[in-house]
Amino acid sequence: MALGLEAKLGESVLTTKLDVVVNWGRQYSLWPMVFGTACCAIEFMSAAASQLDISRWGAEVVRFSPRQADLMLVCGTISYKQAPILKRIYEQMPEPKWVVAMGACASSGGVYDNYCTVQGIDEIIPVDVYISGCPPRPEAVLDALMKIQDQIKGESVLEDRHKDFKGILD
Amino acid sequence: MNNTALELIQGAFPGAACEAVIDSVVITVQPAEVEKTLSRLKNEPSLDFGLLLDVTAIDYLDYPTKQEARFCVVYTLRSWAKNLVVQVRIPVADPEVGIPTATHLWESANWGERETFDQYGIHFQGHPDLRRILNHWQFEGHPLRKDYVIDHRQVCYESDSLEKEIKARLALKGVDDATMKDINTEIMFLNIGPAHPATHGAIRILTALDGETVVANVNEIGYLHRGFEKTAEQRTYNQVIPLTDRLNYCSSMMNNVAYAKAVESWLGIEITDRAKFMRVILSEFYRALDHLVCLAALFVDMGGLTNYWYLYNEKESAYDLISRLTGARLTSSFTRIGGMYRDFYEGWETDLENQLQAIEKGVQDSLGLVAKNRIVHDRSQGICVLPGDRALQYGFTGPNLRASGVEFDLRKDSPYYNYDAFDFSVPVGSNGDLYDRIMVRFEEIFQSISIVRQAMKMIPKGPVNVADNQVCLPPKAEVYDNIEGLASHFKLVFEGVQTPAGEWYDSFEAANGELGFHFVSDGSGQPYKCKVRPPCFYTMGGFHEMVEGEMIADAVINLSSINIIGGELDR
Repeated sequence: MALGLEAKLGESVLTTKLDVVVNWGRQYSLWPMVFGTACCAIEFMSAAASQLDISRWGAEVVRFSPRQADLMLVCGTISYKQAPILKRIYEQMPEPKWVVAMGACASSGGVYDNYCTVQGIDEIIPVDVYISGCPPRPEAVLDALMKIQDQIKGESVLEDRHKDFKGILD
Repeated sequence: MNNTALELIQGAFPGAACEAVIDSVVITVQPAEVEKTLSRLKNEPSLDFGLLLDVTAIDYLDYPTKQEARFCVVYTLRSWAKNLVVQVRIPVADPEVGIPTATHLWESANWGERETFDQYGIHFQGHPDLRRILNHWQFEGHPLRKDYVIDHRQVCYESDSLEKEIKARLALKGVDDATMKDINTEIMFLNIGPAHPATHGAIRILTALDGETVVANVNEIGYLHRGFEKTAEQRTYNQVIPLTDRLNYCSSMMNNVAYAKAVESWLGIEITDRAKFMRVILSEFYRALDHLVCLAALFVDMGGLTNYWYLYNEKESAYDLISRLTGARLTSSFTRIGGMYRDFYEGWETDLENQLQAIEKGVQDSLGLVAKNRIVHDRSQGICVLPGDRALQYGFTGPNLRASGVEFDLRKDSPYYNYDAFDFSVPVGSNGDLYDRIMVRFEEIFQSISIVRQAMKMIPKGPVNVADNQVCLPPKAEVYDNIEGLASHFKLVFEGVQTPAGEWYDSFEAANGELGFHFVSDGSGQPYKCKVRPPCFYTMGGFHEMVEGEMIADAVINLSSINIIGGELDR
């Protein structure tokens, strides 16, 4: 039963919170930017191909221009040589933006505990969801996508996320 | 032992120390003799070593037996027509002084020597462009030296501009700052990558354009350098196998097989017949899969997305088959030194046959769209041509070399694992253009499928691992019931397979070309050095010659047509 203002407006008008409407839109129209460097990118290709079909989550519009994307999927090992590029591309993405670290390498350096591999991309940019596996199965990419959607649901449009983040390149 | 080859080399160089190691001949020369030796090896018709496979160095700092000098540079050469491999070892007393370059003899020496400089800090006198290739430009020290601590990480704060290099390349083409001002059109610099969808991974392509035509091109690699070789030195021989998966991750099993074969060749182990056939079946199956991904991506770049669904969906369903066999979709880790992880499961034969038919159908559907398609023909014929002699100069191998008309395939010319028992042909191109590279791969898919079917008919029953407790883990019953079994298991897991001290090179025809491993063993269960000879690395070294003078859009397709895989390129 409608109460207050809604009771006066009748059934033609719905009132809600701004956060809810905006987040609803954001959740189901994520545009991924695939930062694919290695093996994980091949598994992302599988997540995008017909069998698993990422478009069921509204995230099939894969943009390779960071300026048109709001979800960065880092698929693969990031070396120190690659790190400044990763950071620059992240910065080129407009707010709000989310980051998924796909696979062991992006999450922690994985098996490559050595002189050239960044030990997890969270040394460089803030990460929202980590996917385990080397490489993870494509279903795990979909799982991460759902986790991001859940996370978006609880956010506020007024809040500036990660503004205090400081990575090794900052 | 390769006695005729040894006689040939020893006869040509009576003063030098020669020895035969597995299938190759190793010759040691002093820095003063390098230039003469290498040029004779290349230019004398009776020797004819036209293909420089690899350049690397060895650091003997921690080696148990004392060597002549701390460093030693090794050139690995192949005479493809005579099917001979020779390794030229040069002791280097002072890395700062170094040795004379071989870039005037082989184009492939350019990148090979740059890598040796980057990783070991050995100077090559007269090298036209001696700078780092795998590590970033702000890196200090040389990581593959034994006194470099593996986890000493160095941060790179900004990318190299490459301005000097592209200007030098332009000048070589006769375009300098003065002519740029003179001519009506202005040269435009266009940077593609390293995070660009067309680069299929992380490669940086910097082009100087006149309109849409590429005037000059320089490339930067190393963005996926993951320190495979340094990491491998910290692990036992069997522990390196999962790392090899991640070299060419589109055909991980072939890397597993190539690696295990290389170690076994030095141990002198003859694996069981069943294991040999399993390796052939799986290698050829993966060759087909590798080509599927390459072609799928190529046609996406050309604008034919439908081909992607036809080809990639078969690859996707093949993953299900592979995960049923190995437990993993992409990273198989299926071989062990001395055999395989396990046998085929029950029902494999039917599953495999169904999958082969599905692949054939997918490829036929794709060919139906491509074979008589005017657009594909116009965009691929006569485009990005590299003739056979130039391809050899750059160290091309595999389908890319065969597309350029050189009929060289290790499976035919130096058969291993009973390849001479199979009836198959090696497709060869006539022009070395994009079209040839596409069609050679299409045909190789069919040839590989045919080999898989023949091998499935011939495969004998029996064990998949050698019955040698020094090499393969003993059966569980033995481990639990008697002390010898337990001790062998323990020693193998903790110390690894013990290899006699020495150095050797062994090669394998992988999907992209000759995949070689150069090992140095100090007699322990861990490789003292494990250098990969990646086919991609040298193919990429010839990229600029293929695209200069072509349109920028063709350069993108050319990159897909040579099938560059980052994991293998940068290791």
